[in-house]
Amino acid sequence: MTETTPPTEGTTAAASDAEGFFRLGEPIADTKAPRGVPIDQKWTTRKFEARLVNPANRRKLSVIMVGTGLAGGAAAATLGEAGYHVKAFCYQDSPRRAHSIAAQGGINAAKNYKEDGDSTFRLFYDTVKGGDYRARETNVYRLAEVSANIIDQCVAQGVPFAREYGGLLDNRSFGGVQVSRTFYARGQTGQQLLIGAYQAMERQVAAGTVEDFTRHEMLELVVVDGRARGIIARDLVTGEIQTHLADVVVLASGGYGNVFFLSTNAMGSNVTATWRAHRKGAYFGNPCYTQIHPTCIPVSGSHQSKLTLMSESLRNDGRIWVPKKKADCDKDPRDIPEEDRDYYLERIYPSFGNLVPRDIASRQAKNMCDEGRGVGPEVDGVRRGVYLDFSDAIGRLGRKAVENKYGNLFDMYQQITGENPYETPMRIYPAVHYTMGGLWVDYDLQSTIPGLFVTGEANFSDHGANRLGASALMQGLADGYFVLPNTIRDYLADGPFEKIDESHPAVVEARQSVENRVATFLNTKGTRSVDSYHRELGNIMWEYCGMERTAEGLRKAIELIRTLRDDFWRNVKVLGAADTLNQSLERAGRVADFLELGELMCIDALNRRESCGGHFRAESQTEDGEALRDDANFAYVAAWEWGGDGGQPVLHKEDLVYEAIEMKQRSYK
Amino acid sequence: MRLTLKIWRQPNSAAAGELRTYQLDDVSEDTSFLEMLDMLNEQLTGTDEEPVAFDSDCREGICGTCGVMINGQAHGPEVTTTCQLHMRSFSDGDTITIEPWRADAFPVLRDLIVDRGAFDRIIQQGGYISVNTGSAPDAHATAVPKKNADRAFDVATCIGCGACVAACPNGSASLFLGAKITHLGELPQGQAERDTRVVNMVAQHDHEGFGGCTNIGECTAACPKEIPLDVISQLNKDLRTAMRHGL
Amino acid sequence: MAVTGLIFVGYVLAHMYGNLKVFAGQDSFDEYAHHLREFGEPILPYEGFLWIARVVLILAVIGHAYSAFKLWHRAAVARKEKYSARRVAKSTLSSRTMRWGGVTLLAFIVFHILHLTTRTITPGSNSDSPYERLVAGFQPERWWLVLIYLVALVALGMHLRHGVWSACQTLGFTNTAASRRRANLAGISLAVIVAVGFALVPISVLFGIVD
Ligand SMILES: Cc1cc2nc3c(=O)[nH]c(=O)nc-3n(C[C@H](O)[C@H](O)[C@H](O)COP(=O)(O)OP(=O)(O)OC[C@H]3O[C@@H](n4cnc5c(N)ncnc54)[C@H](O)[C@@H]3O)c2cc1C
Ligand code: HEM
Ligand code: HEM
Ligand code: SF4
Ligand code: F3S
Ligand code: FES
Repeated sequence: MTETTPPTEGTTAAASDAEGFFRLGEPIADTKAPRGVPIDQKWTTRKFEARLVNPANRRKLSVIMVGTGLAGGAAAATLGEAGYHVKAFCYQDSPRRAHSIAAQGGINAAKNYKEDGDSTFRLFYDTVKGGDYRARETNVYRLAEVSANIIDQCVAQGVPFAREYGGLLDNRSFGGVQVSRTFYARGQTGQQLLIGAYQAMERQVAAGTVEDFTRHEMLELVVVDGRARGIIARDLVTGEIQTHLADVVVLASGGYGNVFFLSTNAMGSNVTATWRAHRKGAYFGNPCYTQIHPTCIPVSGSHQSKLTLMSESLRNDGRIWVPKKKADCDKDPRDIPEEDRDYYLERIYPSFGNLVPRDIASRQAKNMCDEGRGVGPEVDGVRRGVYLDFSDAIGRLGRKAVENKYGNLFDMYQQITGENPYETPMRIYPAVHYTMGGLWVDYDLQSTIPGLFVTGEANFSDHGANRLGASALMQGLADGYFVLPNTIRDYLADGPFEKIDESHPAVVEARQSVENRVATFLNTKGTRSVDSYHRELGNIMWEYCGMERTAEGLRKAIELIRTLRDDFWRNVKVLGAADTLNQSLERAGRVADFLELGELMCIDALNRRESCGGHFRAESQTEDGEALRDDANFAYVAAWEWGGDGGQPVLHKEDLVYEAIEMKQRSYK
Repeated sequence: MRLTLKIWRQPNSAAAGELRTYQLDDVSEDTSFLEMLDMLNEQLTGTDEEPVAFDSDCREGICGTCGVMINGQAHGPEVTTTCQLHMRSFSDGDTITIEPWRADAFPVLRDLIVDRGAFDRIIQQGGYISVNTGSAPDAHATAVPKKNADRAFDVATCIGCGACVAACPNGSASLFLGAKITHLGELPQGQAERDTRVVNMVAQHDHEGFGGCTNIGECTAACPKEIPLDVISQLNKDLRTAMRHGL
Repeated sequence: MAVTGLIFVGYVLAHMYGNLKVFAGQDSFDEYAHHLREFGEPILPYEGFLWIARVVLILAVIGHAYSAFKLWHRAAVARKEKYSARRVAKSTLSSRTMRWGGVTLLAFIVFHILHLTTRTITPGSNSDSPYERLVAGFQPERWWLVLIYLVALVALGMHLRHGVWSACQTLGFTNTAASRRRANLAGISLAVIVAVGFALVPISVLFGIVD
């Protein structure tokens, strides 16, 4: 199913920084996007070529859907409507609680309702450019192409998007894009979209086509004769280890930002589903691509469990600064005179000012704090925060106007920090927000394991090295409603596959491995809590594989992670039993996988000696400190193959070919 | 600050539970309520006592996963979710009683965690608009008056947390139910199934063992999303209309 | 529930109007009581109208009490394990005392009928004139009788305060904030009017304004 293209020796002449940490494998390529047709015909062609499944046969075909967020919920509903038998899993107590619910800003779609020059091609172009030319062209075009249908579908489901007085949908421009293509439902777009998908899915539960498995966590993938045929899951209430077998498995399990411990992701977001599949042979694409969002509420103390995002729109009116002198850092900001303030973004980027892209704003905030000029409480000896000051805006527009625009964000800020942002400047700091990397998939969203499909944030496919605002929701729903249901049928047309039962050796082996792992956690009886390991891993990742990465730091991080992982397996303390609701046990499994993923992320980051999108390598910058891409050596997707416990991961390169768009260097000065 | 915590401990739904008392020191007022419980759990793990099980996920007040009774108030003393409650709402030396939502339709699974599957089953009985993927007309085919769109949105913000049930002296889920009925009933797309929706959802609500509403109004006071009581009135009205139409 | 409740509301208002005739003197009051019995004659037999009203009321009481106890039972099963700490956030006392208030009212009505209709209990006087029975009953030395009536009226006031608002909500009249405010106001006003209106009679007798 994957075809090898001629070796790319010529372009990899530069020795990798990660020499000694990995092996180089055969190149890889997508073979599913139709060749020889123009980009705007590819999806239509593929849909036509993908084989059909007769309605009578669909009932006999079963699908396992891991995840019920936008990507999984939408797909479960659609496949259920089509008549397949779907088993949908999520670790929360209801599908409605998937992490997609937290998205605030909005969802992009090339509707061009404003007649402001938007089009499928422009959305495609913006997304590829925003991703710093590290995404696969064909996938992104398709995403833009189906985006308009998403809005139609959601409106028909009753999603209450913002409307204008005429009763038609409102749009806004978002994330520095010049057209208004973002549809929104106040600050709760993700919630409303997810509830739409959830309701559609619950309708299928009532119809009997979808079976709901809430509070179930996938802990292993079952691969039989090279095909994904099922999962091993733990019922989180009873602790029962269950085997679920099917004709095809879909992972829609979301992103892995929680490898950093502190992130804007939900507490339970994890990499387990995809990591287990990776260990069973699915390649992991671009693991080091993470997005760090500049406007989050800073850490307040060492007990912090989670970071809260505040909409980027705040940077439209707020001015960002830190004190010029370290001595002023613990002063009341209102007592610091104008001349002692450093509006550093306005100083360094005079033309873009406070509106520089997410990655730049984030990195500069870190630089200020590293210099010792951060503000707010000291956490572990460093103040990590910069001011976002609205006093100018309040002076200029009046408090009322500011309240109308940002009232709910100000309230949220006050709720969390106990400070009134109308009176004192807000404090913000960047936080991990989204992971562009994920399991490698082809145009059909199929991974390197036949019968294993991956959708939504869990795959690597559409955002390259950086995701534009309001595009993740678009991708989740595009995959779930429109792409997967069309591509998966080509695979299912060969089914139903040979019946297997729970006594099949591959099934027994998978199940046994899960049981052993659970037993190991409980029997280690060490001295350190799971959370303390997670926190330490998070610190390592944030320090060395966060906003700015260096070869030296990454090598150090790999060492630290390995040591920590060894210690974890010898010294972790998980109380309680296996056959009950046991949250420490749940976390232990997730952290164990993060400890392996973290190392791969560092290796990937170490190998990629270029800066692109959210990945900034200090060694690859322009003279004035801007990200410098290296297209000659790194215009490829890094698809990593699991190298075995203690072995080295194997790098397969997928060359990025741009036919519809020409690669350019980004610049913001 | 220093706190005395009285927390409901119950190993599983079959076993009996009890309130147990713990001391917790050095709680900063900037920690959230759940982070305070995280701290307690670290402390308990250190002394080989199993941590307190409680639900949470987004910790941003939007997923509806969290929720406990704090000193007899659902989600505690502020109008917000438990995860967004911060310790500055308490004082040094306070005793805080923490219990799970209590309703027979929400059985306790462990400690502070309850099973709210009943809400999903209510939605399954009609809390949707039947439109298959791909069969939708253009989004602009039907204009929705802003007034209706806004009201639909206001009530669509329900996060399904269950605080309304927990706070209602009758253990009724009418606020949750009314919110969904009103959300879909305000939109032109929701009209076709309006009668059957309300009849079936109410039947499921009663079947799950929730109490009847006698309009006491504790639910709306506990609701972190401030869903107003008029959704219950709307629910009753829709139910009556449906009966008049012979359902 | 709401329908039967509203029947009661209609009845109490009418009954209160009748009672206030006490202030128009003995003849007027007795005349009224007598008239009630002759109302509708000759189409209806003597006391015919009264019996129709009684049947409606009895059915309403049965219906009302049946639904009340059913709701009560449902609520009791809906939460078997009680909270060990409970703090009320917003609801009114009236709303939370509907059940015991209703039971109090039921007990009162039984007592009241034994007192003034069947004349089984005859504090003070067993005259054929309802006026005399009333006046004799509410004399200061039988303060306990006055007290029973006043307690019942407080219960009635509270029951109505929540009942009226609740009936509007149950009937789906309160879809907007403004209509909810109106329903609440109606509840409060009706409660005050009825409780005060009824209370005037025993209090006036007690203080010798009516004798
Ligand atoms: C605070 C915040 C704001 C955002 N705002 C925006 C925005 O405005 N616009 C935008 O486009 N994007 C936004 N994003 C990004 C976007 O929300 C996510 O990328 C997207 O919703 C992911 O959807 P998903 O369906 O892939 O995964 P998720 O919604 O994360 O769903 C994952 C599902 O998988 C299940 N699962 C996970 N692991 C397992 C397992 N091991 N076993 C069983 N089940 C499992 C979970 O239970 C869940 O159902 C935001 C993200 C955050 C954090
Ligand atoms: C027979 C004795 C009575 C009992 C046991 C009783 C009990 C109750 C109960 C438990 C309710 C609960 C519903 C709620 O809280 O909203 C209720 C409602 C009500 N009651 Fe009574 N009550 C009695 C007599 C009366 C009387 C005498 C009146 C009027 C004068 C009355 C008027 C109402 C009204 C208007 C409601 C509101 C109905 C609704 O919510 O739809 N009740 N009663
Ligand atoms: C101080 C207040 C009250 C006074 C002075 C009063 C007086 C009377 C009198 C004189 C009668 C007898 C009428 C007759 O038989 O001709 C009567 C009957 C009755 N009253 Fe009252 N009443 C009072 C309060 C109430 C209240 C609060 C209620 C109900 C909640 C009530 C319900 C009734 C009923 C049901 C009857 C029986 C009617 C019948 O069937 O004959 N009364 N009352
Ligand atoms: S109505 Fe309010 S309290 Fe009830 S579930 Fe919804 S958000 Fe929670
Ligand atoms: S508190 Fe309960 S009685 Fe009705 S108004 Fe709310 S559901
Ligand atoms: S944890 Fe999501 S609302 Fe509290």
